[in-house]
Amino acid sequence: MKAGILYSRARLEEKLILQALKERGIDYELINDQQLVLDMDRPSLDCDVVLERCISHGRALAALRILKDWGIKTVNTYEVAAICGSKLETTSALVRHEVPSPRTLVAFTPESALEAIQRVGYPAVLKPAVGSWGRLLCKVNDREAAEAVLEHKKVLGSYHHSIFYIQEYIDKPQRDIRAFVVGDETICAIYRYSDHWITNTARGGRAENCPVTPQIGQLSLAAAEAVGGGVVAVDILETDDGRMLVNEVNYTMEFRNSIKPTGVDIPGKIVDYMVEVASG
Amino acid sequence: MAVVECPECAAAITLADDLILGEILECPDCGLELEVRGLDPVEVDLAPEEEEDWGE
Repeated sequence: MKAGILYSRARLEEKLILQALKERGIDYELINDQQLVLDMDRPSLDCDVVLERCISHGRALAALRILKDWGIKTVNTYEVAAICGSKLETTSALVRHEVPSPRTLVAFTPESALEAIQRVGYPAVLKPAVGSWGRLLCKVNDREAAEAVLEHKKVLGSYHHSIFYIQEYIDKPQRDIRAFVVGDETICAIYRYSDHWITNTARGGRAENCPVTPQIGQLSLAAAEAVGGGVVAVDILETDDGRMLVNEVNYTMEFRNSIKPTGVDIPGKIVDYMVEVASG
Repeated sequence: MAVVECPECAAAITLADDLILGEILECPDCGLELEVRGLDPVEVDLAPEEEEDWGE
Protein backbone atom coordinates (compact mmCIF):
# COMPACT_ATOMS: atom_id res chain seq x y z
CA MET A 1 0.00 0.00 0.00
CA LYS A 2 1.15 3.52 -0.71
CA ALA A 3 -0.30 6.52 1.04
CA GLY A 4 -0.16 10.10 -0.14
CA ILE A 5 -0.07 12.97 2.33
CA LEU A 6 -1.37 16.13 0.68
CA TYR A 7 -0.27 19.02 2.85
CA SER A 8 0.59 22.71 2.95
CA ARG A 9 2.67 22.93 6.10
CA ALA A 10 4.51 20.22 7.98
CA ARG A 11 2.99 20.98 11.37
CA LEU A 12 3.22 18.75 14.40
CA GLU A 13 0.05 16.97 13.25
CA GLU A 14 1.62 16.05 9.91
CA LYS A 15 4.85 14.92 11.56
CA LEU A 16 2.92 12.67 13.95
CA ILE A 17 1.00 11.16 11.05
CA LEU A 18 4.27 10.47 9.23
CA GLN A 19 5.63 8.86 12.35
CA ALA A 20 2.56 6.62 12.56
CA LEU A 21 3.01 5.64 8.91
CA LYS A 22 6.65 4.76 9.51
CA GLU A 23 5.80 2.73 12.61
CA ARG A 24 3.40 0.69 10.52
CA GLY A 25 5.87 0.26 7.68
CA ILE A 26 3.58 2.02 5.23
CA ASP A 27 5.15 3.50 2.13
CA TYR A 28 4.15 7.13 1.65
CA GLU A 29 4.62 10.11 -0.60
CA LEU A 30 4.60 13.70 0.61
CA ILE A 31 2.61 15.96 -1.72
CA ASN A 32 3.18 19.61 -0.98
CA ASP A 33 0.29 21.65 -2.34
CA GLN A 34 2.52 24.69 -2.85
CA GLN A 35 4.39 22.85 -5.58
CA LEU A 36 1.56 20.71 -6.88
CA VAL A 37 0.42 20.96 -10.49
CA LEU A 38 -2.64 18.91 -11.36
CA ASP A 39 -3.20 18.32 -15.06
CA MET A 40 -6.89 17.52 -14.82
CA ASP A 41 -7.05 15.17 -17.78
CA ARG A 42 -3.77 13.43 -17.02
CA PRO A 43 -3.75 11.58 -13.70
CA SER A 44 -0.28 11.69 -12.23
CA LEU A 45 -0.52 10.28 -8.73
CA ASP A 46 0.07 6.67 -7.79
CA CYS A 47 -1.34 6.24 -4.30
CA ASP A 48 -3.86 3.86 -2.82
CA VAL A 49 -5.21 6.58 -0.57
CA VAL A 50 -4.43 10.25 -0.04
CA LEU A 51 -4.85 11.95 3.32
CA GLU A 52 -5.76 15.59 2.82
CA ARG A 53 -4.01 17.93 5.26
CA CYS A 54 -4.17 21.25 3.39
CA ILE A 55 -4.27 24.38 5.50
CA SER A 56 -6.41 26.14 2.88
CA HIS A 57 -9.99 25.02 2.35
CA GLY A 58 -9.90 26.27 -1.23
CA ARG A 59 -6.86 24.18 -2.07
CA ALA A 60 -8.25 21.15 -0.29
CA LEU A 61 -11.51 21.32 -2.20
CA ALA A 62 -9.85 21.74 -5.58
CA ALA A 63 -7.35 18.96 -4.99
CA LEU A 64 -9.94 16.54 -3.62
CA ARG A 65 -12.20 17.20 -6.61
CA ILE A 66 -9.43 16.32 -9.05
CA LEU A 67 -8.22 13.30 -7.09
CA LYS A 68 -11.79 12.03 -7.02
CA ASP A 69 -11.99 12.46 -10.78
CA TRP A 70 -8.79 10.41 -11.04
CA GLY A 71 -10.36 7.62 -9.02
CA ILE A 72 -8.02 8.05 -6.05
CA LYS A 73 -9.49 7.36 -2.61
CA THR A 74 -9.12 10.25 -0.20
CA VAL A 75 -9.56 10.92 3.50
CA ASN A 76 -11.69 12.84 3.72
CA THR A 77 -13.79 12.76 0.54
CA TYR A 78 -14.46 15.76 -1.63
CA GLU A 79 -18.10 15.70 -0.56
CA VAL A 80 -17.21 15.81 3.14
CA ALA A 81 -14.81 18.70 2.57
CA ALA A 82 -17.43 20.61 0.56
CA ILE A 83 -19.97 20.25 3.35
CA CYS A 84 -17.71 20.79 6.36
CA GLY A 85 -15.86 23.70 4.76
CA SER A 86 -19.06 25.73 4.66
CA LYS A 87 -21.00 26.45 7.83
CA LEU A 88 -24.13 26.85 5.76
CA GLU A 89 -23.68 23.45 4.09
CA THR A 90 -22.87 21.88 7.45
CA THR A 91 -25.98 23.28 9.08
CA SER A 92 -28.02 22.16 6.09
CA ALA A 93 -26.71 18.61 6.49
CA LEU A 94 -27.32 18.62 10.24
CA VAL A 95 -30.87 19.94 9.83
CA ARG A 96 -31.69 17.41 7.10
CA HIS A 97 -30.41 14.58 9.27
CA GLU A 98 -32.17 15.94 12.37
CA VAL A 99 -28.94 16.39 14.29
CA PRO A 100 -29.49 19.08 16.95
CA SER A 101 -27.69 22.34 16.19
CA PRO A 102 -28.16 26.01 17.12
CA ARG A 103 -31.04 27.77 15.42
CA THR A 104 -29.62 29.31 12.24
CA LEU A 105 -31.06 31.91 9.89
CA VAL A 106 -29.66 33.09 6.57
CA ALA A 107 -30.25 36.43 4.88
CA PHE A 108 -28.74 38.30 1.94
CA THR A 109 -29.04 41.99 2.70
CA PRO A 110 -28.18 44.02 5.81
CA GLU A 111 -31.85 44.89 6.20
CA SER A 112 -33.13 41.33 6.10
CA ALA A 113 -30.20 40.18 8.21
CA LEU A 114 -31.20 42.69 10.87
CA GLU A 115 -34.70 41.27 10.81
CA ALA A 116 -33.23 37.77 11.16
CA ILE A 117 -31.11 38.86 14.12
CA GLN A 118 -34.15 40.34 15.83
CA ARG A 119 -36.03 37.08 15.26
CA VAL A 120 -33.22 35.12 16.92
CA GLY A 121 -32.90 37.68 19.67
CA TYR A 122 -29.94 39.32 21.31
CA PRO A 123 -27.22 38.36 21.81
CA ALA A 124 -26.92 36.78 18.37
CA VAL A 125 -23.91 35.31 16.56
CA LEU A 126 -22.82 36.15 13.04
CA LYS A 127 -20.31 33.95 11.26
CA PRO A 128 -18.78 33.89 7.80
CA ALA A 129 -19.95 30.83 5.91
CA VAL A 130 -16.32 29.86 5.26
CA GLY A 131 -13.86 30.32 8.07
CA SER A 132 -12.05 28.55 10.87
CA TRP A 133 -9.94 29.04 13.97
CA GLY A 134 -12.56 31.34 15.45
CA ARG A 135 -11.95 34.05 12.87
CA LEU A 136 -14.47 36.80 12.13
CA LEU A 137 -17.07 35.52 14.60
CA CYS A 138 -19.34 38.27 15.90
CA LYS A 139 -21.46 38.23 19.02
CA VAL A 140 -23.85 41.14 18.65
CA ASN A 141 -25.44 42.23 21.88
CA ASP A 142 -27.81 44.90 20.61
CA ARG A 143 -29.28 46.55 17.53
CA GLU A 144 -26.58 49.22 17.27
CA ALA A 145 -23.84 46.59 17.23
CA ALA A 146 -25.77 44.51 14.69
CA GLU A 147 -26.18 47.48 12.34
CA ALA A 148 -22.48 48.30 12.54
CA VAL A 149 -21.33 44.73 11.91
CA LEU A 150 -23.72 44.25 9.02
CA GLU A 151 -22.56 47.46 7.37
CA HIS A 152 -18.91 46.48 7.79
CA LYS A 153 -19.48 43.03 6.32
CA LYS A 154 -21.34 44.45 3.36
CA VAL A 155 -18.82 47.19 2.58
CA LEU A 156 -15.52 45.61 3.55
CA GLY A 157 -16.06 41.94 2.83
CA SER A 158 -15.99 39.93 -0.34
CA TYR A 159 -19.29 38.70 -1.80
CA HIS A 160 -19.50 35.71 0.47
CA HIS A 161 -19.68 38.01 3.50
CA SER A 162 -23.04 39.09 2.14
CA ILE A 163 -24.41 35.64 2.84
CA PHE A 164 -25.34 36.48 6.40
CA TYR A 165 -25.24 33.35 8.56
CA ILE A 166 -26.94 34.17 11.83
CA GLN A 167 -27.25 31.91 14.86
CA GLU A 168 -28.78 31.99 18.29
CA TYR A 169 -26.17 32.52 20.98
CA ILE A 170 -25.73 29.50 23.21
CA ASP A 171 -24.83 30.44 26.77
CA LYS A 172 -22.48 27.54 27.35
CA PRO A 173 -20.63 26.79 30.62
CA GLN A 174 -17.33 28.53 29.58
CA ARG A 175 -16.39 25.51 27.56
CA ASP A 176 -17.35 23.51 24.54
CA ILE A 177 -16.65 19.93 23.56
CA ARG A 178 -14.63 18.66 20.65
CA ALA A 179 -15.28 15.02 19.81
CA PHE A 180 -12.92 13.21 17.45
CA VAL A 181 -14.61 10.75 15.12
CA VAL A 182 -12.65 8.26 13.02
CA GLY A 183 -14.85 6.08 10.86
CA ASP A 184 -17.62 4.67 13.01
CA GLU A 185 -16.01 5.43 16.37
CA THR A 186 -15.81 8.51 18.57
CA ILE A 187 -12.24 7.87 19.66
CA CYS A 188 -11.98 10.61 22.25
CA ALA A 189 -13.16 14.07 23.21
CA ILE A 190 -11.86 17.18 24.94
CA TYR A 191 -13.40 20.08 26.77
CA ARG A 192 -12.10 23.42 25.53
CA TYR A 193 -12.23 25.88 28.38
CA SER A 194 -12.04 29.61 27.88
CA ASP A 195 -13.25 32.75 29.63
CA HIS A 196 -13.95 34.06 26.13
CA TRP A 197 -17.06 32.91 24.28
CA ILE A 198 -14.82 31.72 21.42
CA THR A 199 -13.16 28.58 22.77
CA ASN A 200 -10.90 27.48 19.86
CA THR A 201 -7.50 26.40 21.13
CA ALA A 202 -6.16 28.55 18.28
CA ARG A 203 -7.60 31.46 20.29
CA GLY A 204 -6.21 30.27 23.62
CA GLY A 205 -8.81 27.72 24.70
CA ARG A 206 -7.49 25.13 27.18
CA ALA A 207 -7.98 21.42 26.49
CA GLU A 208 -8.99 18.85 29.12
CA ASN A 209 -10.16 15.30 28.67
CA CYS A 210 -13.89 14.85 28.20
CA PRO A 211 -15.22 11.33 28.74
CA VAL A 212 -17.11 10.09 25.72
CA THR A 213 -20.52 9.59 27.27
CA PRO A 214 -23.26 7.78 25.33
CA GLN A 215 -24.82 11.17 24.56
CA ILE A 216 -21.57 12.64 23.22
CA GLY A 217 -20.78 9.45 21.32
CA GLN A 218 -24.18 9.22 19.66
CA LEU A 219 -24.34 12.92 18.82
CA SER A 220 -20.86 13.09 17.33
CA LEU A 221 -21.40 9.95 15.28
CA ALA A 222 -24.72 11.31 14.02
CA ALA A 223 -23.02 14.56 13.03
CA ALA A 224 -20.19 12.72 11.29
CA GLU A 225 -22.69 10.59 9.39
CA ALA A 226 -24.70 13.65 8.42
CA VAL A 227 -21.70 15.24 6.69
CA GLY A 228 -20.59 12.03 5.02
CA GLY A 229 -18.27 10.44 7.56
CA GLY A 230 -14.53 9.94 7.73
CA VAL A 231 -12.05 11.63 10.08
CA VAL A 232 -13.79 14.66 11.59
CA ALA A 233 -13.78 16.77 14.71
CA VAL A 234 -17.27 17.59 15.92
CA ASP A 235 -17.69 20.72 18.03
CA ILE A 236 -20.55 20.48 20.53
CA LEU A 237 -22.18 23.13 22.69
CA GLU A 238 -23.94 22.40 25.99
CA THR A 239 -27.06 24.42 26.70
CA ASP A 240 -28.16 25.50 30.16
CA ASP A 241 -31.16 23.17 29.94
CA GLY A 242 -29.05 20.08 29.40
CA ARG A 243 -29.17 19.74 25.62
CA MET A 244 -26.17 19.26 23.38
CA LEU A 245 -25.99 20.97 20.00
CA VAL A 246 -23.52 20.41 17.18
CA ASN A 247 -21.86 23.73 16.35
CA GLU A 248 -19.65 22.64 13.49
CA VAL A 249 -17.75 19.73 11.98
CA ASN A 250 -14.09 20.07 10.99
CA TYR A 251 -12.63 17.90 8.23
CA THR A 252 -8.88 18.59 8.50
CA MET A 253 -8.72 18.38 12.23
CA GLU A 254 -5.88 19.57 14.39
CA PHE A 255 -5.17 17.34 17.36
CA ARG A 256 -1.78 18.23 18.86
CA ASN A 257 -3.36 19.52 22.10
CA SER A 258 -5.68 16.54 22.44
CA ILE A 259 -3.34 13.53 22.50
CA LYS A 260 -1.98 14.11 25.98
CA PRO A 261 -5.21 14.94 27.81
CA THR A 262 -7.11 12.04 26.22
CA GLY A 263 -4.29 9.49 26.11
CA VAL A 264 -5.51 8.43 22.67
CA ASP A 265 -3.15 7.87 19.74
CA ILE A 266 -5.11 10.08 17.39
CA PRO A 267 -2.57 10.04 14.51
CA GLY A 268 -2.35 6.26 14.79
CA LYS A 269 -6.10 5.94 14.55
CA ILE A 270 -6.12 8.20 11.49
CA VAL A 271 -3.49 6.09 9.74
CA ASP A 272 -5.33 2.86 10.61
CA TYR A 273 -8.44 4.38 9.03
CA MET A 274 -6.45 5.28 5.91
CA VAL A 275 -5.42 1.64 5.62
CA GLU A 276 -9.04 0.60 5.95
CA VAL A 277 -10.10 3.03 3.21
CA ALA A 278 -7.26 1.95 0.93
CA SER A 279 -8.19 -1.69 1.21
CA GLY A 280 -11.94 -1.16 1.07
CA MET B 1 23.14 19.91 9.60
CA ALA B 2 22.39 22.84 7.28
CA VAL B 3 22.82 26.43 8.36
CA VAL B 4 20.64 29.12 6.81
CA GLU B 5 20.32 32.81 7.32
CA CYS B 6 17.14 34.41 8.61
CA PRO B 7 15.83 36.58 5.76
CA GLU B 8 14.76 39.24 8.25
CA CYS B 9 17.56 39.60 10.79
CA ALA B 10 20.37 37.58 9.16
CA ALA B 11 20.77 35.33 12.19
CA ALA B 12 22.43 32.00 11.47
CA ILE B 13 19.90 29.19 12.00
CA THR B 14 21.09 25.61 12.33
CA LEU B 15 18.55 23.17 10.95
CA ALA B 16 17.99 19.50 11.71
CA ASP B 17 18.79 16.83 9.13
CA ASP B 18 15.27 15.43 8.92
CA LEU B 19 13.63 18.58 7.56
CA ILE B 20 10.37 18.36 5.69
CA LEU B 21 9.39 20.76 2.93
CA GLY B 22 6.83 23.17 4.35
CA GLU B 23 8.09 22.81 7.90
CA ILE B 24 7.62 25.88 10.05
CA LEU B 25 10.34 27.11 12.36
CA GLU B 26 10.98 30.21 14.36
CA CYS B 27 14.08 32.36 14.07
CA PRO B 28 15.79 32.10 17.47
CA ASP B 29 16.86 35.73 17.29
CA CYS B 30 13.97 37.77 15.93
CA GLY B 31 11.19 35.23 16.46
CA LEU B 32 9.91 35.48 12.90
CA GLU B 33 7.98 32.48 11.58
CA LEU B 34 9.87 30.89 8.69
CA GLU B 35 8.94 28.14 6.28
CA VAL B 36 11.26 25.59 4.66
CA ARG B 37 10.86 26.26 0.94
CA GLY B 38 13.57 24.00 -0.43
CA LEU B 39 15.57 20.97 0.65
CA ASP B 40 18.35 20.72 -1.88
CA PRO B 41 19.72 23.22 -1.15
CA VAL B 42 17.92 24.08 2.05
CA GLU B 43 16.05 27.35 1.72
CA VAL B 44 13.83 29.20 4.15
CA ASP B 45 11.62 32.23 3.69
CA LEU B 46 9.01 34.14 5.62
CA ALA B 47 6.06 31.88 6.34
CA PRO B 48 2.92 33.02 4.52
CA GLU B 49 0.42 34.96 6.57
CA GLU B 50 -2.85 33.39 7.59
CA GLU B 51 -5.47 33.66 4.86
CA GLU B 52 -9.23 33.83 5.04
CA ASP B 53 -9.84 30.17 4.22
CA TRP B 54 -7.15 28.69 6.42
CA GLY B 55 -8.09 26.34 9.21
CA GLU B 56 -9.58 22.95 9.96
